[in-house]
Amino acid sequence: MAFERNMSNQKCPMPTQDPQVRCTNFEEVALGYTYETAIEEARRCLNCKNKPCVSACPVQIDIPAFIERVANEDLETAYAIIRRSSALPAVCGRVCPQENQCEGKCVRGLKGESVAIGRLERFVADWYRENCAKEPTQPKKLGKKVAVIGAGPSGLTAAGDLALMGYDVTVFEALHLAGGVLVYGIPEFRLPKSIVAQEIENLKALGVVIDTNMVIGKILTIDELFERGYLAVYISSGAGLPRFMNIPGEGLKGVYSANEYLTRINLMKAYREDSKTPIIRGKCVAVVGGGNVAMDAARCARRLGAETVYVVYRRSMEELPARKEEVEHAIEEGIVFKTLTNPVEVLSDENGSVRGLRCVEMELGEPDESGRRRPMEKPDSEFVLDVDTMIVSVGTSPNPLIRKTTPGLDTDRKGCIVTRDETGSTSREGVFAGGDAVTGAATVILAMGAGKQAAKAIDEYIRSKA
Amino acid sequence: MFRIVEKAALNPTVSKIVIDAPLIASKAKPGQFVILRSLNDSERIPLTISDCDLKFGTITLIYQIVGASTMELNALSVGDCLCDLVGPLGAPTELDGVRKAAVIGGGVGCAIAYPIAKKLHENGCEVHSVVGFRNRELVILEEEFRGVSNRLELMTDDGSYGTKGLVTHALQALIDEGHTYDAVYVIGPLVMMKFVCEVTRPYGIKTIVSMNPIMIDGTGMCGGCRLTVGGETKFACVDGPDFDGHLVDFDEAIKRSSAYREFEARRREASCNLLKKEVE
Repeated sequence: MAFERNMSNQKCPMPTQDPQVRCTNFEEVALGYTYETAIEEARRCLNCKNKPCVSACPVQIDIPAFIERVANEDLETAYAIIRRSSALPAVCGRVCPQENQCEGKCVRGLKGESVAIGRLERFVADWYRENCAKEPTQPKKLGKKVAVIGAGPSGLTAAGDLALMGYDVTVFEALHLAGGVLVYGIPEFRLPKSIVAQEIENLKALGVVIDTNMVIGKILTIDELFERGYLAVYISSGAGLPRFMNIPGEGLKGVYSANEYLTRINLMKAYREDSKTPIIRGKCVAVVGGGNVAMDAARCARRLGAETVYVVYRRSMEELPARKEEVEHAIEEGIVFKTLTNPVEVLSDENGSVRGLRCVEMELGEPDESGRRRPMEKPDSEFVLDVDTMIVSVGTSPNPLIRKTTPGLDTDRKGCIVTRDETGSTSREGVFAGGDAVTGAATVILAMGAGKQAAKAIDEYIRSKA
Repeated sequence: MFRIVEKAALNPTVSKIVIDAPLIASKAKPGQFVILRSLNDSERIPLTISDCDLKFGTITLIYQIVGASTMELNALSVGDCLCDLVGPLGAPTELDGVRKAAVIGGGVGCAIAYPIAKKLHENGCEVHSVVGFRNRELVILEEEFRGVSNRLELMTDDGSYGTKGLVTHALQALIDEGHTYDAVYVIGPLVMMKFVCEVTRPYGIKTIVSMNPIMIDGTGMCGGCRLTVGGETKFACVDGPDFDGHLVDFDEAIKRSSAYREFEARRREASCNLLKKEVE
């Protein structure tokens, strides 16, 4: 060790755009560490033997090893260490809920703040992209074809790993652009699309073919993929259709699902003045739900000019499932949290547009099956929230297209694909599945972890057949 | 990819294009649609497939030039390629077991009604087609319908061609003549579909409508195309686009279809100005 350990109990702060300024633009909020800050922060890591952080990482990045390389200013090796485990480091450094994963287990966190692992991962990935981008070494081709359905985080991870093993991988993507939730869901100010595009270019340079505009289950079935010579199929088709609350008035103009609202803004660039895709720019917006998607929708609404944005959530601040940093950023941007509140009716004006949201107050009772305290309606607590737009962000239900067209593929009561174990193998031989299509809506990193496991299992499966 | 191989104006506001898309042509069935983007900054627009040619590997789309996106599409020429084309999407129209049917088309909706009439005819079904237009100049696909229909009623609002009146009048007359139908298929403006459903409701005739709501991804992700059908939320892109017309909440669908009217009017004007400049 050629440096002195930094024993500060605090993380080096992350510079961010001023809240007053950033809520008028779609530029990235968190600006990233400088070279000097990154080195300083890396030197807080104790490089402890137990590595609890690694076991808490869904893709098991060798975190102390990469941070030790950063502390020694050897960023190229640091990148190589991360890249061994993660196909999309610049993405994960930005969107992982680190506080529940690596950073949640960090020994430094016992007395003070954990090491800023996510920020360091982001720094290393950004540094590499800006300074080192070079042609990847081409893996030796095996001449064996694998199909991946869906170019989101799970599919891209599986595709990258399989390509490195020498497989000819084709990723079938339903939309006109690859990236899945990274391009249609997560906003530009949290994850710049140029970074996603660069990560996808890296995969293409490895020989991954991305076939856009292909809805599997419609244009080709999984059985037809096998007929076309693919030896295995990985289904990573994502979470599916938005759920609504089934309350009166959800068909009014000005009621969006978060998926639609975010797709218009992110994929179709409706936030730009010159966009050809319209969006309603509400003055007073209610977002219903408390996850990351709800935070993204609320912060987009603010940036589109809303004077008041409410996050309406039926439990309390403690139960909010969103990533901590997103909640903090939302509060800084003036988003108002209406917790312990549940909508019961969307009110209409004479033109069929939203003019308000009738809500009830809630209180928390005994814990339910999820372990969280069950919200219950307070009697006689109705009130009207004065809003002109409502965005529903209460989860999704699985897309039926693949389930309906793949005989013998088991799904559960909800319609999620059933996998036998962590390898992602399904009831159909040679068919593997992972990500939100299996778990229901979850996180980018869990989907990536599933993609990684499946790539390994697909390789073993194809070898066993040879 | 997705090269336009043929293009024709069917009337002053409706055009037909034939696109090279062999895989889609080999899969598409009547009632299914595609989503396309003309240019790489265009909106995604859904259009129902009017016809497929397996031999040449082409699909035919017929569209009305109503807004900026269809103007953009109409500005492309034979030999040009679409930026993106995805399909076939949606569930095919259910035609099995239908022995006698009425097929009702209104305006450009006839482009979607035609493949249904054609397929029913091929299945040996007795087909009564009722097609309606505002006036003589706007009539499309008359010969095509005649070729696949046992009976054709052509209506115009102003009486400049065929019989003066609405498609609902013609359908009521057919029912009054004593015809009974296994199913009535209706494709056209929302208001027309709503009133055709009111004609058939008292007789309990199964009435299938093809809904064309605002849609973005079209693959079952965004939920923009939702409708209330029988009191439940349904998605036109994966549950439809065909639904039991007697269960569809048309009043809600009509209101929702106007959500972006002002934006569209502005964009249409901007596109017109842009095209004018190019001509100059």
